[in-house]
Amino acid sequence: MKIAVCVSHVPDTAAKINVGADEKSIDKNGVSFIINPYDEYAVEEALKTKEALGGEVVVISLGGDEVKETIRKALAMGADSGVHLKKEGYFDSYATAKALAEELKAQNAEMVFFGKQSIDFDSGVVGQMVAEMLGYNSVSVVVDLKIEGNNIRAEREIEGGKEVVETTLPAVITAQKGLNEPRYASLRGIMQAKKKTIEEKEAQTGDSRVELLKMRKPAPKAPGKILGSDASVVPELVRLLKEEAKVI
Amino acid sequence: MANKILVFVEQRNNEIKKSSLETVKAGAEFAKELNAEVEAVVVGGDIADFNSIAKYGVPKVTHIKNQDLNVYTSSGYAQVLSDFANETGADLLLFANSAMGRDLSPRVAVKVDAGIVADCVGFTFENGEVIATHPVYAGKALTDVKINSPKKIFTIRPNTFNLGDAADATAEVSVKEVDNVNTSVKVVDITRASDKLDVAEASIIVSGGRGMGGPENYAMLEELAGLLGGAVGASRAAVDAGWRPHSDQVGQTGKTVSPNLYIACGISGAIQHMAGMRTSKYIVAINKDPEAPIFTIADYGITGDLFEVVPALIEEIKKG
Ligand SMILES: Cc1cc2nc3c(=O)[nH]c(=O)nc-3n(C[C@H](O)[C@H](O)[C@H](O)COP(=O)(O)OP(=O)(O)OC[C@H]3O[C@@H](n4cnc5c(N)ncnc54)[C@H](O)[C@@H]3O)c2cc1C
Ligand SMILES: Nc1ncnc2c1ncn2[C@@H]1O[C@H](COP(=O)(O)O)[C@@H](O)[C@H]1O
Repeated sequence: MKIAVCVSHVPDTAAKINVGADEKSIDKNGVSFIINPYDEYAVEEALKTKEALGGEVVVISLGGDEVKETIRKALAMGADSGVHLKKEGYFDSYATAKALAEELKAQNAEMVFFGKQSIDFDSGVVGQMVAEMLGYNSVSVVVDLKIEGNNIRAEREIEGGKEVVETTLPAVITAQKGLNEPRYASLRGIMQAKKKTIEEKEAQTGDSRVELLKMRKPAPKAPGKILGSDASVVPELVRLLKEEAKVI
Repeated sequence: MANKILVFVEQRNNEIKKSSLETVKAGAEFAKELNAEVEAVVVGGDIADFNSIAKYGVPKVTHIKNQDLNVYTSSGYAQVLSDFANETGADLLLFANSAMGRDLSPRVAVKVDAGIVADCVGFTFENGEVIATHPVYAGKALTDVKINSPKKIFTIRPNTFNLGDAADATAEVSVKEVDNVNTSVKVVDITRASDKLDVAEASIIVSGGRGMGGPENYAMLEELAGLLGGAVGASRAAVDAGWRPHSDQVGQTGKTVSPNLYIACGISGAIQHMAGMRTSKYIVAINKDPEAPIFTIADYGITGDLFEVVPALIEEIKKG
């Protein structure tokens, strides 16, 4: 089976984010980048699927040259080959989905894994859009997956519980934490990854529909009140919550 | 520019969800600001009373029915909603950014050929255009964006629009029967963790971290949350220790929440935790370490032992 996994290259979760001089992107100075954490679950699930059912895993990432680092990371975990769709600057979810869908069509992948969300633009929509563009079934925010023959049974997280979803291949799955434990890349994996090919292509994104007008930091919070250091201030806290904040 | 707004109202077990009513309220506000028409659409289920939708500002409601739509099917819901949007000429669609809204809206966006901005936390209107605020990098930055395609979809984070008071109004409901529902993706079972309120939807959250010391001590947070009508959340340290389920985790790799009140007990305020809750309207921190970073974003802080402060808080609230 041809299995594909789409990965994005994002700032480390601990990174301090400052807005760049253009007010449309972040200042990348001193920021280290990682594979999107949810995409790591997606890579792991793609590898497990290959191990169970046979086939090959191709990793796809869209962005500037720096995304190759994230493709290599997935190759070191065990993916077979990579595709880098080149595009600099800002593009929206629709444009991202469009470029990925074009490539996936060319790859003829039957099973496609995404993360449930990229932790840079935090939209959680690209996987489902790609599925619709390809005419594939999709299940998002998946925490458990079984594939038998053509049939898929997936559990997805919803408010206060889980939904069990049944569908068939070809399909898109978006991975949530809990789906699996991503493996570490072994030294051997890292060495082998250097020899695997990453094909480069111009990304066919089309135009973005969303225009980014401005990126800004949230207004800093005014320093709060420290009411005291023991339970004696609790009545004052309750009064403030009722009368000042009016939240209880 | 928009002429016709369509609000997707979600039902689960024949109940209309609160986050959808907030979206209805948003729809009514959009209609006023943009001088546009607005209507609501409910898919599937047996709803006893549609008036809550009218009460929050949208009297015109269409109920799309077919027995295959009673439980959620992303393929079927995307199909009937897109067909309906095309029939009515809707050019601006609103969804709650709920588990269902997030699953469904991107598929609808492709079907109706719309641009989409997910997880909006605020809107302004300029010359008939909608400017949406969408947090990025786990809320460490915000973006102001607009959609340039003729059709537009926004999904709205729960608790962005406060419901406030309901007006006295009656819904005008039309029922639309559809056939040939595409059920290629179908929910066959739902397992509830319990009947408890989910942190992503709660307007008050009492959250506990490593400072709670162990799973048994969450009973007092449950009690406090119960008294306040809220939900219990947790830091990743508490989840990783196995004290609380992952579904309760607040933060960058857990849930993003913006309740009216967030009470952090024994949570230090790591950057990944704050990323998930910093947009809460009021934050209370109870932590015995005065240097804990959580105090930098707390509105009210108590630098004391939570095992004294939390029971006192429960007693004080019980006094009414
Ligand atoms: C990739 C990645 C993703 C992450 N995602 C998340 C996430 O989604 N959510 C999240 O929460 N974290 C996340 N983290 C983890 C985060 O970095 C912190 O480790 C975690 O938030 C710490 O949890 P804590 O505040 O409960 O524990 P600690 O940092 O250990 O803090 C415990 C606090 O309790 C206080 N305390 C102890 N006893 C008492 C007492 N009796 N009374 C009052 N106060 C007391 C202490 O003073 C201390 O400040 C992530 C980390 C990484 C690397
Ligand atoms: N630039 C990209 N290249 C490859 N995959 C991406 C890219 N952006 C997003 N994705 C995938 O789409 C998922 C959801 O992203 P988003 O909708 O942006 O939150 C991510 O977890 C990735 O799997």
